[in-house]
Amino acid sequence: MQLTSSSIGRKILMAITGQSMVLFAVIHLLGNSSIFGWLNGGINAYAEHLHSLPLPFIIGFRLVMLAMVCVHIWFGIQLTIENRGGRPQQYAVKATQKTTFASENMIWTGALLGLFLVYHLLHFTFQTISPETAALKNLVPLHNEMVPNVLGMVVAGFKNFLVSFIYAGAMIALFLHLSHGIQSFFQTMGWSCDKTQPILVKFGTLVALVLFLGYVTIPLTIFAGILKG
Amino acid sequence: MILDGKCPTGPIEKSWDKHRFDLKLVNPANKRKYNIIMVGTGLAGGAAAASLGELGYNVKAFCYQDSPRRAHSIAAQGGINAAKNYPSDGDSILRLMYDTIKGGDFRAREADVWRLSQVSNNIIDQCVAQGVPFARDYAGYLDNRSFGGAQVSRTFYSRGLTGQQLLLGAYSALSRQIKAGSVKMYTRREMLDLVVVDGVARGITVRNLVTGEIESHAADAVCLASGGYVNVFYLSTNAKGCSVTANWSAAKKGAFFANPCYTQIHPTCIPQAGEYQSKLTLMSESLRNDGRIWVPKKKEDCGKHPGEVAEADRDYYLERKYPSFGNLAPRDISSRSAKEACDDGRGVGPGGRGVYLDFEESIKRLSEDTIRERYGNLFEMYEKITDENGYKRPMRIYPAPHYAMGGLWVDYNLMSNIPGLFVLGEANFSVHGANRLGASALMQGLSDGYFVIPYTIGGYLVTVKPGSVKNDHPEFKKSVEDVKTRTNKFLNINGKKTVTEFHRELGKVMWNNVGMARSKESLTEALKVIPQIREDFWKNVKVGGSGTDLNQQLENAGRVADFLEFGELLTRDALHREESCGGHFRTEHQLPDGEAKRNDADFSYVGAWEFKGNDKEPELHKEPLKFETIHLAVRSYK
Amino acid sequence: MSDHKTMTLTLIVWRQKNASDPGKFETYTAKNITEHHSFLEMLDCVNEDLIHAGKEPIVFDHDCREGICGMCSQVINGAPHGGQDRTTVCQLHMRKFKDGDTIYIEPWRARAFPIIKDLIVDRAALDTIIQAGGYTSCHTGGVPDGNAILIPKPIAEEATDAAECIGCGACVAGCPNGAAMLFTGAKVSQLALLPQGRAEAVARVKNMTNAMIECGFGNCSNHYECMAACPKGVNVKFIARMNREFIKAQFA
Repeated sequence: MQLTSSSIGRKILMAITGQSMVLFAVIHLLGNSSIFGWLNGGINAYAEHLHSLPLPFIIGFRLVMLAMVCVHIWFGIQLTIENRGGRPQQYAVKATQKTTFASENMIWTGALLGLFLVYHLLHFTFQTISPETAALKNLVPLHNEMVPNVLGMVVAGFKNFLVSFIYAGAMIALFLHLSHGIQSFFQTMGWSCDKTQPILVKFGTLVALVLFLGYVTIPLTIFAGILKG
Repeated sequence: MILDGKCPTGPIEKSWDKHRFDLKLVNPANKRKYNIIMVGTGLAGGAAAASLGELGYNVKAFCYQDSPRRAHSIAAQGGINAAKNYPSDGDSILRLMYDTIKGGDFRAREADVWRLSQVSNNIIDQCVAQGVPFARDYAGYLDNRSFGGAQVSRTFYSRGLTGQQLLLGAYSALSRQIKAGSVKMYTRREMLDLVVVDGVARGITVRNLVTGEIESHAADAVCLASGGYVNVFYLSTNAKGCSVTANWSAAKKGAFFANPCYTQIHPTCIPQAGEYQSKLTLMSESLRNDGRIWVPKKKEDCGKHPGEVAEADRDYYLERKYPSFGNLAPRDISSRSAKEACDDGRGVGPGGRGVYLDFEESIKRLSEDTIRERYGNLFEMYEKITDENGYKRPMRIYPAPHYAMGGLWVDYNLMSNIPGLFVLGEANFSVHGANRLGASALMQGLSDGYFVIPYTIGGYLVTVKPGSVKNDHPEFKKSVEDVKTRTNKFLNINGKKTVTEFHRELGKVMWNNVGMARSKESLTEALKVIPQIREDFWKNVKVGGSGTDLNQQLENAGRVADFLEFGELLTRDALHREESCGGHFRTEHQLPDGEAKRNDADFSYVGAWEFKGNDKEPELHKEPLKFETIHLAVRSYK
Repeated sequence: MSDHKTMTLTLIVWRQKNASDPGKFETYTAKNITEHHSFLEMLDCVNEDLIHAGKEPIVFDHDCREGICGMCSQVINGAPHGGQDRTTVCQLHMRKFKDGDTIYIEPWRARAFPIIKDLIVDRAALDTIIQAGGYTSCHTGGVPDGNAILIPKPIAEEATDAAECIGCGACVAGCPNGAAMLFTGAKVSQLALLPQGRAEAVARVKNMTNAMIECGFGNCSNHYECMAACPKGVNVKFIARMNREFIKAQFA
């Protein structure tokens, strides 16, 4: 199998794992947006719904996601190191025409997202960053049941300027990463031609922008006091 | 000496098939014992190296470029002829042969031209199989266009890139053999000498252009596919590296140089803009399908914007003089007519050296988009060079040296008078006579490479014992010493003028005195001046750097030194040929209406020159030409 | 054309004696240059002056000087071939520059293209990629009639778009990763589009992409800088097509 050894094979792995994570990010945003109240019971109900899924499914899903992240990081680093060696000496004048800040800095925006992911998991999944507001420890009633208070945890977190700032910053990295990554997926999978390629570039940037705006609205509205616990 | 082309006898239709049957074959198991050297990897050399490698011979291929894909065959734009008769417009092998003989003004061998016409059809099939993307119609069939000198549509093409696509096809076949190990490729090598042992070609001496090392390569046969020599005019449409050096080194070792005065001046080139110019750019002759050529009738209109010259004040001189062929008259005729118009003071553009090629009518008739679809890349090229938009304003064109019909003398088997030395493509003299028709160069290169040499070389190889001379033979050592001595000579002169300055000086003499129109007076003068330039060169040239390094000055010095010798031979041939035919026009020999006046009684022969040393006159050998299938006639395109 | 005013330019040119020399920039002045000079003719003029002054001229690859052989290879002010749309260095004219301009001239820079001298690099790696499979394995002779294989015009045209590649290596020089994906993609696509090339499509894409990496080229990260650098306008859709062929080949 040339998938893990060849140039295009590894790119395909990057594309598929990356795109899976984009899909996850889209679903994650849709779920999180329940904080704005479109679901009866808000984000607490959504969280409870997720937790009520069969345990093997949850574990399986998390393992798959973990594998995706690992593969994406592993090959991302490997390819970047190789690519840096592809042109050992730079030109005296830099005059790139198509390269963007986003496409050139995938490794750095990716690294930021990786760090953010760890922070985010510790913050909201394992809830060890600020244990006093941890949802699992602060149960609230919902439809005659006591459920973890995710809303409270989120609101408490984003009231903090530093936390909101980290989240908003990470979402800028996400925007940059995806504005190159999404269109890149179609090119790498060979699902583009001369007519669709410029459209896909715009489409990718648009999706990245929507995700950015969607995600950044939550900390922003909380910090600004528009969304209250 | 009367030369014998060893052409097969009997009916022409059977000649090539009969000859192929008569040729002795090399046992397949013995083929790998034979080494063949191929100098040049253009259409002829690339196709030949690939085909011979595939047959099982050991081939060593050499080119001066960094890759075999860069040979100047790549620059041919228009197309390649074949007698397929797909459009059913009356074409046949015989008609292609007739057009080629007539186009060449009855100065080519019938048997060779028949063979070329016959295999032309195989070439198209071969190239299609290789993945050459020829133009097709919507149903998927191969498309054809018309070209100068023919009244049938027999030219296959791939946009304006036919040469590139065909060369890349040959290059891909060659690459396959390189991978298979049957061909060993030597890039950035320039052949500087032919090694002849006991009268038989046994190898070559080359300079590694990167390290400066002088290398000896021995083989059982040496093939030269080293292209043409029109860079002797300095400004030409050839690539900068094109030279006569490989051919001339063979000529100095005894190979006869045939018909050097037959040089083709291509009518549709972009005019020269200034003294500093390093080359002339050709635009495909196919432009003449839709463009109309004219100059103002009145001298005073020449300075005007072409749009301001009224229709009645324009002289569409080709349509006027040659009503049946019009703007598609053969190249020599078109070129000379342009020169006449400019000599008459009616030329346009810088220095009055240009004529208009006007697409206004075609654009009106067919729309600009259609013209763009057909010739877009040529209009683009024109605009890049001149900064003028050919759709809005007529292009300016002027003739430029383009192709050498002359070359080393070969027999029907493509073998020169030196046994074991074969010459292919533009480097030989064989099929184009005194003028080559458009889209025939590609045909000849591929014909020689794919379909002729693979058969005929076997007929020679069976007569020699493989590997009988190795590159440690004293003749190889002597050749290396000679090359080194000459290299050191260049480096030690340390004079005042650069190699380019000498080349330009030679070019001016050649263009003015031995160009489109030649006279006894101009030729005699050239014969006086060229040796003077040569003498000055060897006293006064400045070549810096070292011989053991990449040194482009040194490379050029060798090429120009050879042009300085060869130019004299070309001039001498032109002076001796007291007639006008094809690309050779002697002002003394013209019909009352200014057309070329051939002298079949005295000059219906191939003139092959034997080099006797720079201070001695070369000796002329003749090969009489017989016309049994196509009857001698005055060439008329009226 | 003496009525044109001339330009004086400052050239900052990469000079390197050989592969092992570290190399450095040197500054030259180009005088009496008109707008009709091609870029290479401008360099010719500088070289003539250098030769007269007894100095080593700048060596650079060039041959056809009409934009088709693919030999010329210079990075001008950071852009391969000078950055003019669909133009090789040899067809770049000085009318694109202004009197007094400073011009940086460098060789192609990529790991797979070692510098031989000054502006000349070794591009044998591109030949190696073609040797790995950039052909159909047809024999000389013994092939069907050209019209026995029908290829509709749009397919023939698209194959020609890919086949326009002149193998100059500007795509590699322009790519920040020194990748040869556009070069390889163009050849893979040309032959994948045509029925003649389909028979060997699976082995071809595998072998050619392997050769690409063995030669030391980097990987594609979809910057599309190659397309901007390509003097023949070869489109990155051919990289996409090669990727598609590669995926198909994994299941063949």
